[in-house]
Amino acid sequence: MATDILMPALSPTMKTGTLARWLKKEGDKVLSGDLLAEIETDKATMEFEAVDEGILGRILVPEGTADIPVNTPIAILVEEGEAVPEAPASVPSGEKEGGGASADKASVAAAPTSSSKESKGSGTKEERIFISPLARRLAKEHGLDIASLKGTGPNGRILKRDIEAGLKAASGQKEESTSGESVAEQAGSIERVPHSTMRKVIARRLTESKTQVPHFYVSVDIELDALLALRSKLNASLVDEGVKISVNDMMIRAVALALKKRPGLNVQFTETEMLHFSDVDIAMAVSIPDGLITPIIRKADQKTLRQISAEARDLAIRARKGKLKPEEFQGGTFSISNMGMFGVKDFAAIINPPQAAILAIAAGEKRPVIRDGEVRAATMMTATLSVDHRAIDGALGAQWLNMLRDLVQNPYSLVI
Amino acid sequence: MSNLFDLIVIGGGPGGYVAALRASQLGMNVALVEDAQLGGVCLNWGCIPTKALLRSAEVYQSLYKLKEYGLSAENPSFDLPSVVKRSRDIAARMGRGVAHLLKKAKVKTVEGRAQLAGRSGDVHTVSVLKGGQETTRLQAPHVILATGARARQLPGLETDGKLVWGAREAMTPDMLPKRLLVIGSGAIGVEFASFYRDMGCEVTIAEVADRILVAEDAEISMQARKAFEKRGIVIHTSAKVGSLQKGDDHVSTILETPKGTVELTVDRVICAVGITGNVENLGLEQTRAQVERGHIIVDEFCRTDEPGLYAIGDVAGAPWLAHKASHEGVLCVEKISGRSPEPLHPRNIPGCTYSHPQIASVGLTEEKAKEAGYRIKVGKFPFLANGKAVALGETEGMTKTIFDAETGELLGAHMIGAEVTEMIQGYVIVRTGELTEAELSETVFPHPTISETMHESVLAAFEGALHI
Ligand SMILES: Cc1cc2nc3c(=O)[nH]c(=O)nc-3n(C[C@H](O)[C@H](O)[C@H](O)COP(=O)(O)OP(=O)(O)OC[C@H]3O[C@@H](n4cnc5c(N)ncnc54)[C@H](O)[C@@H]3O)c2cc1C
Repeated sequence: MATDILMPALSPTMKTGTLARWLKKEGDKVLSGDLLAEIETDKATMEFEAVDEGILGRILVPEGTADIPVNTPIAILVEEGEAVPEAPASVPSGEKEGGGASADKASVAAAPTSSSKESKGSGTKEERIFISPLARRLAKEHGLDIASLKGTGPNGRILKRDIEAGLKAASGQKEESTSGESVAEQAGSIERVPHSTMRKVIARRLTESKTQVPHFYVSVDIELDALLALRSKLNASLVDEGVKISVNDMMIRAVALALKKRPGLNVQFTETEMLHFSDVDIAMAVSIPDGLITPIIRKADQKTLRQISAEARDLAIRARKGKLKPEEFQGGTFSISNMGMFGVKDFAAIINPPQAAILAIAAGEKRPVIRDGEVRAATMMTATLSVDHRAIDGALGAQWLNMLRDLVQNPYSLVI
Repeated sequence: MSNLFDLIVIGGGPGGYVAALRASQLGMNVALVEDAQLGGVCLNWGCIPTKALLRSAEVYQSLYKLKEYGLSAENPSFDLPSVVKRSRDIAARMGRGVAHLLKKAKVKTVEGRAQLAGRSGDVHTVSVLKGGQETTRLQAPHVILATGARARQLPGLETDGKLVWGAREAMTPDMLPKRLLVIGSGAIGVEFASFYRDMGCEVTIAEVADRILVAEDAEISMQARKAFEKRGIVIHTSAKVGSLQKGDDHVSTILETPKGTVELTVDRVICAVGITGNVENLGLEQTRAQVERGHIIVDEFCRTDEPGLYAIGDVAGAPWLAHKASHEGVLCVEKISGRSPEPLHPRNIPGCTYSHPQIASVGLTEEKAKEAGYRIKVGKFPFLANGKAVALGETEGMTKTIFDAETGELLGAHMIGAEVTEMIQGYVIVRTGELTEAELSETVFPHPTISETMHESVLAAFEGALHI
């Protein structure tokens, strides 16, 4: 019997994905476990394995199609010798009745996570979108992607008014972009690059963060010489093992210890309550060709420098290849963004919700400092903490940062 | 004990006492000031006692239909004082219930008349008076006014407590008038007309609008009129009541109607021509709160223009319904406590009239939906085609639904007939949850129930009802 192959939910938060590449052609034999396609999600490219065996009868979604809602049929698998159906079996019934439009087109373009049927189909715990039936229908009629909407109903449920607001915003954007077009015609030199999934996610999340999370910032200058000296000694003793500890590794360890000592920053704010985490899971921002990703060192406070170093290196390498598993970059209780390698003096980072704080680390550089009434040179680094003021008050942020400075300036506790 | 509270509620009706209970639940230290009886108009002089009376009338009327059911009884009769006593006892019992709930919630209840006595900084002072003398002063950063409303008095038609009754006299009659004129055909007027007719009075309704129950859908209003007329109630619409000539024990007047003038002599008149808010002597003058046509102006979270001062329920304007008052009480308190409650949407507030037949509705009437520019689909289903209604002997009635043809949104639902006041909530949930005709069609309604008409009416609006 012909079965539909549905767009998989490759991570708990995945709502849509881009079909980057088909790894099988129509007519190819498929064994369970064969790689069918590469799917690009908001954060990574993942391989999609076949579960059932058969012949890839029909590809419904061409390579390069973006924003395919999870559970949309993307291909039809048939048994040997079986006739290949034109259309997937799992088109929501409303669309079938619609008749006119070609069915497979509907299944690709329309169907923004429609009707209960699809959610029943997937066994994964994908993030459920709360939306009223009326709003869902309106969104579908207007081709609005509900994943991009913010609900104002109870528990963020999307209501009719949110669709109306979304449509208004969309028509506003359209006007802008048409006026933009005329500029483009005059200038004749604008290249239009459609957003990648990741770009859209970054845009949405950071806008949400900067507009909805009240940020405040505290900075300190930290003297790095002791830490650098310790690092040289450690690396000299580990040279035979091929281990090389970086300043970044040591900062991850220092931040983890500081969070353990003062857990007030290891929290998240929700509308009704504060979440206090016992684990310290540090997310580190890694830039990758199309944006950035934040792989996570779990329980960093319980790991040695050597473990942190190995893990950070492995995660960064795989992050740049787009090969991280979802659980390796989702979650995290605190983030570090290190731009030291770019030689910047200081910067402030945007909080990565639902986390409540992020530490921005700038470059270490020789600066004149006054010690015991005398000017001398020291390697100084400015660290700026961005904090969600709903969760964490100013004094706590400042105290925590001072503690971090003490840990870095007296670095032996990082190794014992 | 300190007189400083987190919240002071003025008025212990369904608006005020529910606000106090919710506030206590949210951890606030609350004081509630009530001048008369806890439970307000609703429990003591409104919703509950009238429903008790209407129940007596309903049971009494059914005695005359016993033959239809194969039963018989000799000489059905009633004892008016006992009927009234039952109603008063029920009201008293419910009132004690409220007192108990407030006590359990540790709400400090204070007897007396409350008046705002100024604000310094964030703190309002409320003065409590008894017999014109101040007995205590309370302070709180938040004060909710839930002082309710009273019957509107029209010049020439003022109630006098003897020949011209207001709702209070009408629900505690010392005699059964043989002939009764009810002025006004809103829910209250129609309920009294229905009660007294069932008890055997000759009842005339005079309504100034061109139909009775003018807030209801025109078709429902028409069906209600027919049903009342069938039971012998005389109804004059577009009627103007002339001056009331009071005799010893009767009242004469002249009704001007489009069909000519009608001379009328009755034993009693019930005047139910609307409601006006209790906004006087509250000390509002020294605040920024605004009063317009008898009610306090508030925003969607019941806030007045005066910081820390709120108004809920009847005193804050229409619709004058107990459930609206309570709901506002809850959302107002939740807003004060920093939550983000959903404001009340007028189109999602049901309205019920407990006459015989009952009438219940939510949302837009057909007329209003068209006026608002919707392309609509209308479905109707008569009780006559419903098995349960037939089995009950209650075939008079209809369920009507109005949908937006484009989106399937339920714009309005209107019901008339037995038990409709118990059923309308189904459609209210549809509106609040933004369900569409699709979910309604998919819903399994139990058989046999009158609620099946709610299903069939939806089917009728789209692909056709099944049982007609
Ligand atoms: C005959 C009749 C039948 C009704 N039937 C229904 C029905 O079936 N369903 C329905 O939903 N609604 C019905 N209503 C309307 C309903 O009773 C009101 O909508 C409801 O009571 C409003 O509640 P509230 O809390 O705003 O005010 P109220 O119930 O009026 O309570 C206000 C309270 O505040 C007190 N008060 C006023 N001023 C002060 C002051 N300065 N200091 C201290 N205390 C003060 C009063 O004594 C009163 O107890 C009916 C009304 C009437 C008259």
